[in-house]
Amino acid sequence: MAVGGIRVATASPRAGLTGRVRELFDREGVLGPLFVTPALIILLLLVAYPFAMALYFALSNAFIGRPSHLVGLRNFINLWDSDAFRQTFQNAFVFTGIAVAFKVVLGISLALLLNQQLWFKRMIRGAVLLPWVIPTALSTLGWWWMFNSLYSVVNWTGIALGIMDPPGPNWLGQKYYAMAAVVTVNVWRGLPFFAITILAGLVAIPKELYEAAEADGAGAVSRFWYVTLPLLKGVLAIVVLFSTIFTFSDFNIVYVLTHGGPINSTHLFATLARQIGLETGRIGEGAAISLYLFPVLVLVVWAQLRFVRKQAY
Amino acid sequence: MAGFGRRKFWWRIASHLLLIPFLVFALFPFYHMALTSLKTDRELYDRNAVPLLIRQGPTLEHYTKLLWETAFLTWTKNSLLITILATALSVVVGTLAAYALARLRFFGVSSFGTGIFVTYLVPTSLLFLPLAQVVNWLGLADSKWALVVTYPTFLVPFCTWLLMGYFRTVPKEIEESAMVDGATRVQALMRIILPIAIPGLVCAVLFAFTLSWNEFIYALTFTSSSDEITSSVGITTELIRGDIYFWGSLMAGAVLGSVPIVILYVFFLDYYVSGLTAGAVK
Repeated sequence: MAVGGIRVATASPRAGLTGRVRELFDREGVLGPLFVTPALIILLLLVAYPFAMALYFALSNAFIGRPSHLVGLRNFINLWDSDAFRQTFQNAFVFTGIAVAFKVVLGISLALLLNQQLWFKRMIRGAVLLPWVIPTALSTLGWWWMFNSLYSVVNWTGIALGIMDPPGPNWLGQKYYAMAAVVTVNVWRGLPFFAITILAGLVAIPKELYEAAEADGAGAVSRFWYVTLPLLKGVLAIVVLFSTIFTFSDFNIVYVLTHGGPINSTHLFATLARQIGLETGRIGEGAAISLYLFPVLVLVVWAQLRFVRKQAY
Repeated sequence: MAGFGRRKFWWRIASHLLLIPFLVFALFPFYHMALTSLKTDRELYDRNAVPLLIRQGPTLEHYTKLLWETAFLTWTKNSLLITILATALSVVVGTLAAYALARLRFFGVSSFGTGIFVTYLVPTSLLFLPLAQVVNWLGLADSKWALVVTYPTFLVPFCTWLLMGYFRTVPKEIEESAMVDGATRVQALMRIILPIAIPGLVCAVLFAFTLSWNEFIYALTFTSSSDEITSSVGITTELIRGDIYFWGSLMAGAVLGSVPIVILYVFFLDYYVSGLTAGAVK
């Protein structure tokens, strides 16, 4: 009986201060807010507050080291008088559209190949994922050297294979070639994310569906079209939404490879915002350029919350 | 049946052959980087040399130059310090938030969850200008501590989101039975949930480490003096002076600056694969 008595005593609320504190921390209404407070402080101080500041800057004539006052939407409107901004706006859509399209097509192809019976499965996956984990700024330096105007290994190979006429294009010095170079590096760096995520989607498709389709006489193409693609839709939607926002807001690749040149032909919002906001000191205008990223972000978040994560929050 | 097996075999060969262009695309830049870093300047700038091979013997001169004639070691130390502190801070904060989101019901929990998800999607390039002002006000301008403080802005949402998925897979009953036996919630979290969620924690640490090591735009904006910058910034800014580039040392820097990530990657490849898909698919 004594043993039983002790057990009852431990399970029941203890008397004394420690007992009461313990009990307090067991309440979800107390522990929950306590646990989220550190994260909340970081998000409020370093995300929400800077966002409010971005809005203020964008609506003011802020200039580094000078008092500023509100000028309404003038920054957003004046930007349209700038050739650099109009070019950037166009670049952002061209860059994102082409890069994401390539990543989708190549990503699905690569995922289908990775889903086959392979001999060195782990090694191949490791190799495929590598561009995604290496610091982008550093790997882009490698690409910068590969596109060098005098020693380009891309051109050397192209000429050796007879695809290019010597000396080959000056990749980073000509408008369209520079855009092609920037897109190539973005696809190179983003492809692993597409391939590995789509592969996870492929693995999750039940084998029975393919067997049933095969029994009904469906060939490889129609199995892909009527079984694989419809079941991949969810994963594809998430990957495309994710990639759209991060491609649209890309900074590293353009900054290292072209600095936005030649003549602004590869500038994206982030690189132009930095140039205007920091290098020339017009913070108000720079913040306004950054905020042009915001509608796309809102659209992606809305789509994610509305269509993709129906059950979560 | 034999015909079917043979067909399978040839299909397997074909899959490997079709993978070759993808593998060349993925790996060639690294090969070329490493190759350039090991070439003598004479061969490097010889326009008649074959750029795909080393013919005149490898050399470590670019590496020794990088290590002893530049501040590369200081930059690496900075990167390590920033990365380790930001990772530790973010994983702890993220674990607490993730547990609250996955398990506890309290006022405002669902709006907090949405907030975390939205900040998870906010790109760093959206807020770096005003954040630079916040950093100034905190008295951290041109200091590596600015990065320790600001990296959690993208690491905490990431860790929280990732860990929440892992915590949800732990059956509630295990935790409840521990609490019936007299453990408090915090004890149940420490002794039951966290040990089960170790793979998730490893993933969170790996990704937080990788994301902070690779971060560029904040590091470039908030720090500038040679004593405070990270390795990515040091290599891309300090090694490039004027119009004359030292390609050998530049590539040596790109190789060495990637080493910590490559080491982690080799040992924890499977975690990278599972973490990548967990972040997006769950």
